Amino acid sequence: MISQIVKDRLISIVGIENVDDSKAGRLVYSYDATPQFQSLPDIIVSPRNTQEIAEIVKLCSEFKIPIVPRGSGTNLCAGTCPTEGGLVLLFKHMNQIIDIDEENLTITVQPGIITLDMIHAVEAKGLFYPPDPSSMKISTIGGNINENSGGLRGLKYGVTRDYVLALEVVLPNGDIIRTGGKLAKDVAGYDLTRLFVGSEGTLGIITEATLKLIPMPETKKTMLALFQDIEAAARSVSKIIANRIIPTTLEFLDQPTLIAVEDFANIGLPTNVKAVLLIEQDGSKDVVDKDMEKIATLCLEENAESVEIAKSEEEADALRTARRVALSALARLKPTTILEDATVPRSEIAKMVRSINEIAEKYQLNICTFGHAGDGNLHPTCLTDVRNTEEIERVEQAFAEIFEKAIDLGGTITGEHGVGVMKAPYLEWKLGKEGISAMKAIKTGFDPLNILNPGKVFAKDSRKRVVIST
Amino acid sequence: MKSVTERKIIQQGFMDRMDEDELLNCMRCGFCLPSCPTYIESGFQELQSPRGRIALMKAVKDGLLEPDEDVERSLSLCLGCRACEPVCPSGVKYGHLLEEARDIIQQNKKQKAPVKTVRNAVFEGLFPHQNRMRTVTSLLGIYQRSGLQKVTRKIGFMKLFPESLATMEKVLPKVPKRKEMNNRPEFLPAEQKRLKRVAFFAGCLMDTMFLETNNGTLKLLQKAGCEIVIPKTQGCCGALHGHSGEKAKAIEMAKLNIEAFEHTNADYIITNAGGCGAFLIDYDHLLMNDPEWYPRAKAFKEKLKDITQILVELDFHKHVSLHLPNQCITYQDSCHLRNVMKTAEAPRLLLQSIDGVQYYEMKDADRCCGSAGIYNIVESEMSMKILDSKMKNVIETNTTTIVTANPGCLLQMKLGIEREGLSDKMRAVHIVDLLIEALND
Ligand SMILES: Cc1cc2nc3c(=O)[nH]c(=O)nc-3n(C[C@H](O)[C@H](O)[C@H](O)COP(=O)(O)OP(=O)(O)OC[C@H]3O[C@@H](n4cnc5c(N)ncnc54)[C@H](O)[C@@H]3O)c2cc1C
Ligand code: SF4
Ligand code: SF4
Repeated sequence: MISQIVKDRLISIVGIENVDDSKAGRLVYSYDATPQFQSLPDIIVSPRNTQEIAEIVKLCSEFKIPIVPRGSGTNLCAGTCPTEGGLVLLFKHMNQIIDIDEENLTITVQPGIITLDMIHAVEAKGLFYPPDPSSMKISTIGGNINENSGGLRGLKYGVTRDYVLALEVVLPNGDIIRTGGKLAKDVAGYDLTRLFVGSEGTLGIITEATLKLIPMPETKKTMLALFQDIEAAARSVSKIIANRIIPTTLEFLDQPTLIAVEDFANIGLPTNVKAVLLIEQDGSKDVVDKDMEKIATLCLEENAESVEIAKSEEEADALRTARRVALSALARLKPTTILEDATVPRSEIAKMVRSINEIAEKYQLNICTFGHAGDGNLHPTCLTDVRNTEEIERVEQAFAEIFEKAIDLGGTITGEHGVGVMKAPYLEWKLGKEGISAMKAIKTGFDPLNILNPGKVFAKDSRKRVVIST
Repeated sequence: MKSVTERKIIQQGFMDRMDEDELLNCMRCGFCLPSCPTYIESGFQELQSPRGRIALMKAVKDGLLEPDEDVERSLSLCLGCRACEPVCPSGVKYGHLLEEARDIIQQNKKQKAPVKTVRNAVFEGLFPHQNRMRTVTSLLGIYQRSGLQKVTRKIGFMKLFPESLATMEKVLPKVPKRKEMNNRPEFLPAEQKRLKRVAFFAGCLMDTMFLETNNGTLKLLQKAGCEIVIPKTQGCCGALHGHSGEKAKAIEMAKLNIEAFEHTNADYIITNAGGCGAFLIDYDHLLMNDPEWYPRAKAFKEKLKDITQILVELDFHKHVSLHLPNQCITYQDSCHLRNVMKTAEAPRLLLQSIDGVQYYEMKDADRCCGSAGIYNIVESEMSMKILDSKMKNVIETNTTTIVTANPGCLLQMKLGIEREGLSDKMRAVHIVDLLIEALND
């Protein structure tokens, strides 16, 4: 619990209207988009600027109060669930664009800006910010940076990390630092900017970010390839890339996902095929045309039932939107939807998809799969019901096996959703004991009192690796 | 403060009655957040978002949270506009959850005596009784015609009321005389060839204060080739009750209406008020647990259509020439017409087919205007914030005519015009009235 003294001091920093410790207020910040996690914070505070944040942080270190920074709470790893109580820090007042620099091609923003709002502002100037997580309509840049979010365009353009040039950060001791700059080249010391990207709110509070922009590509084409064989679809992915074509987008959806999405979006998606690939290419017109033609041939060689290019921008947009709502649309089918984020080298996609299906069968579970196939980043999604404890047990075993498999194929336990609480027990599988100690040393260096988003990334206990019986 | 026992009873109600599956269906993705007007106007407070409200309802049901003042506050600040539903990929029926929660709270709350009296008067005494509606409305007419209106305005009597109500008094339409309200025929033939037989849902407010619009609707239907039956025994749709936690009363009215329309032998049942239509189309949900009434409600629901839908279906705009003096027009969606009855294309199509009209789509036309039943009176402050944002978008379109399809929205837009001091440059009209104007008779 937060004492009256602390509460009064918080009020003196941010004003009474920006401090809330009502029960209902605490409840609605007790969860994020991760199923099965809920825990009440003690107080919610909405600062208006960096200075106020620095003062809040100092106060919290004095009293050892956990701080949970929160954007829109759309993360899928329980990264904003206040598992140890404490203070939830909101950025709703800090959502401004500070500057769009057309000469250096950068944008500087406050952390609370909604990703899509920023993208709109950038595109209005004819510029392009590629990272586009499916949640971009809701997620904030602060959240994107801290989860190092990827998106549909990640294959060709990379993820959030590749666009963060400079940060302003409030450290756990209250110091305010600036990292990086509007520079294309900079090797002065450790790359702190990159360290903060993907740090899941555990190392510092990001209060300002400068992001790289690029020129808007000249044209774009969108294509849908239909397959009656899931593995053929997966093989096509590897083949396209092996043929040295890097599409902007290369997304995979299996049949159950297609059906669920079509049910929601009603855009005439084919629901009678086993899998589809949503493929996009952008760039200069002749390159796009040539690439699309080649991709179509490669898909047909792998027995694609058909390949079709979107006839209009509306049609293309409908297809992209359909892919973006996949997760939530699946949630229609069963009370609880548990989505995972296993990632493998893209050459292993077909193997991974097959293993997921075998594991689902072995544990008698309903697992649908979609994802950023081009990045090797798959989202096997289990449709279940939390109230069925016996089944949930099987779900956990199945996912443990899926991670195991991913790692064996040279992959990782999360491609873009972060570790948070959800993946923490598995982190050691990926990093080894030594890797964990190295990361812990960094955490302790920045945050010796462990007040910044405690309980995230590092688990109390690691899971034993299961031995896959094949 | 609510007493301990009162909270316990309400909590028990949540445990017994709230639909657990529907609550679990929300996977907290937050896709609904950017569509919610109260979330936006409250400065992005999760407590005022659909995701937050669902979490509250679930927490009360799970026994994690008592139904305290803040919970009630959050639920009452919801407009019920249901903009969160069509964008929800999980298909959460938010409106149903809200209605149930409000009913549980309302029915188990000890009301202060004056509140109770007013609620009783409105929900039991007034709306279910069309003849009383006529009386009250005609009293308003007398007030307007007698010069009393001028006097009260002059002495600033209305300043004693919330601002929205005070302005509202100015924008209320000139109501018809009692005599005009009483003489509604039960059957009207089609003009020329008969294409469809329709039954007309007259509504309570629509058939009193907005009688003109109802008359216009009938005329349009006749012109479009419909013969019309207007069952005498129909009543108010019950929306106001349903949305305010008076479910039992709403059910009573639903049954009355289903019965009234059952024997009309009509192809369609036509409404001209988005708010009523959406409630009527949900009768099957309202009567879900009643094995006798559920199928009857379903049959009723299947016949329901908004006036704009049937006009488009019968190609009215192609057969009849529509013309207006040159003007720029924009359209404000009725939330319920759009989000629940899924009618957004038809009204736009009709407007664009009028000669002389330049149509401009306004930004966020689908966002609630803040009217929401009696919300603009009981939640005046939030309502006016929402309205002010709406008027900004209206003004940006540079149009002079705002078209709506629901009486509540119509009054709210008039209020907006009045508040912006634009009443000499801009007007708000019901789409039916505009189409009547555009008829080249
Ligand atoms: C339907 C759906 C689709 C999704 N699709 C994708 C996708 O395609 N790609 C993808 O990568 N992710 C996806 N996600 C996950 C999620 O949207 C992203 O992780 C997103 O970046 C989170 O943003 P947010 O603003 O909601 O952050 P939050 O969830 O609020 O926070 C995320 C993390 O960042 C920290 N944080 C937030 N702001 C700050 C700050 N200013 N300083 C320090 N720490 C901070 C938090 O403590 C937390 O650890 C999806 C989620 C959903 C629900
Ligand atoms: S969009 Fe639907 S599932 Fe997502 S948070 Fe809102 S109500 Fe819940
Ligand atoms: S009904 Fe309207 S106001 Fe209420 S939660 Fe949904 S979008 Fe928000």
